[in-house]
Amino acid sequence: MHDDQETPLELTSELVPLFVIAKGRALPADHEYSRTALVTAQEGMSAAARTLTPEAREVMDLVSDGLLSVAEVAGRTQLPLGIVRILIAHLAEVGLVFVRPPTPRAVSHDRALLQAVVDGLQKTLGA
Amino acid sequence: MYLDPRVTTAVKVLVVGPFGVGKTTYIGSLSEIVPLRTEEEITEASEGYDDLSNMPDKTTTTVAMDFGRRTLNEQLVLYLFGTPGQERFKEMWEELSRGALGALVLVDPDRLDEAFPVLDLVEKFGLTMTIGVNTKDGMPKYDLDEIREALHLPDEIPVVNVDARDQQSSAKALITLVQHLMSTLV
Ligand SMILES: Nc1nc2c(ncn2[C@@H]2O[C@H](COP(=O)(O)OP(=O)(O)O)[C@@H](O)[C@H]2O)c(=O)[nH]1
Ligand SMILES: [Mg+2]
Repeated sequence: MHDDQETPLELTSELVPLFVIAKGRALPADHEYSRTALVTAQEGMSAAARTLTPEAREVMDLVSDGLLSVAEVAGRTQLPLGIVRILIAHLAEVGLVFVRPPTPRAVSHDRALLQAVVDGLQKTLGA
Repeated sequence: MYLDPRVTTAVKVLVVGPFGVGKTTYIGSLSEIVPLRTEEEITEASEGYDDLSNMPDKTTTTVAMDFGRRTLNEQLVLYLFGTPGQERFKEMWEELSRGALGALVLVDPDRLDEAFPVLDLVEKFGLTMTIGVNTKDGMPKYDLDEIREALHLPDEIPVVNVDARDQQSSAKALITLVQHLMSTLV
């Protein structure tokens, strides 16, 4: 066995993202990466995903083909929501993904928007 | 599986109610994707303190929550989150209620007492609500006004019948909720 000081830390893939984030970085503010934030890969960035941890790569692969909510990323990867938030925060920070923050109340409670919700639901009835 | 790339706005509604009332069924009726689930840890403070660490005793539990999605127009998508109605899930309620259009509260008319903790949470988080009475056999048995009275609901809160298995009936209940929210805007 090598001296602890010299040996690079071997972390299980599960621990890596937590370790990376914990290294002086703040956990993502809850609301920025809450479940209705929308995520997609930045164009031309999927190649850069090769250096990521398996979980981060899984997220990156998933959002390379289109736009999904944070909730869907968690649902489709079957990773815990908390981990997915941390991974996405990290991927956004290094410029691999684009994140559209959740719709603020002032926007979601706008009358025109609410009418669009009603109209969209009414299409369901017409079918 | 993916959203229309033109989608810019995601809105959400909480589908709440006691276990077995029909939340999963309701979400499945309206969702355009096969409903998915998220797994997350919640921290529960248990009573007393751990003598050794002098830290509050906490336990973590994994909670699975199902949700669905419906695209309303090329720029607008709606997410429906099935949300359990117990006090111990209030951490999740905090995030879920932020910016939400409101809560559709599903109630079983034969088990109305189970709705009270749910109604308390909806009120606590200031969510606009509509009550959907899921009769489960498609035949409303009770007068909606009787249900309103039993639940001590003020007149302005809509109470409707809903067949959670039926897409149109489910959509109607949601339209009622959104129109109710519009009526409360100044
Ligand atoms: N006949 C009938 N059964 C229903 C209806 N809604 C739910 N159920 C059944 O009631 C049970 C509980 O429903 P579920 O949606 O899982 O409730 P949840 O615990 O609130 O998510 C399931 O076996 C459903 O098939 C309904 O409108 N009609
Ligand atoms: Mg359920």
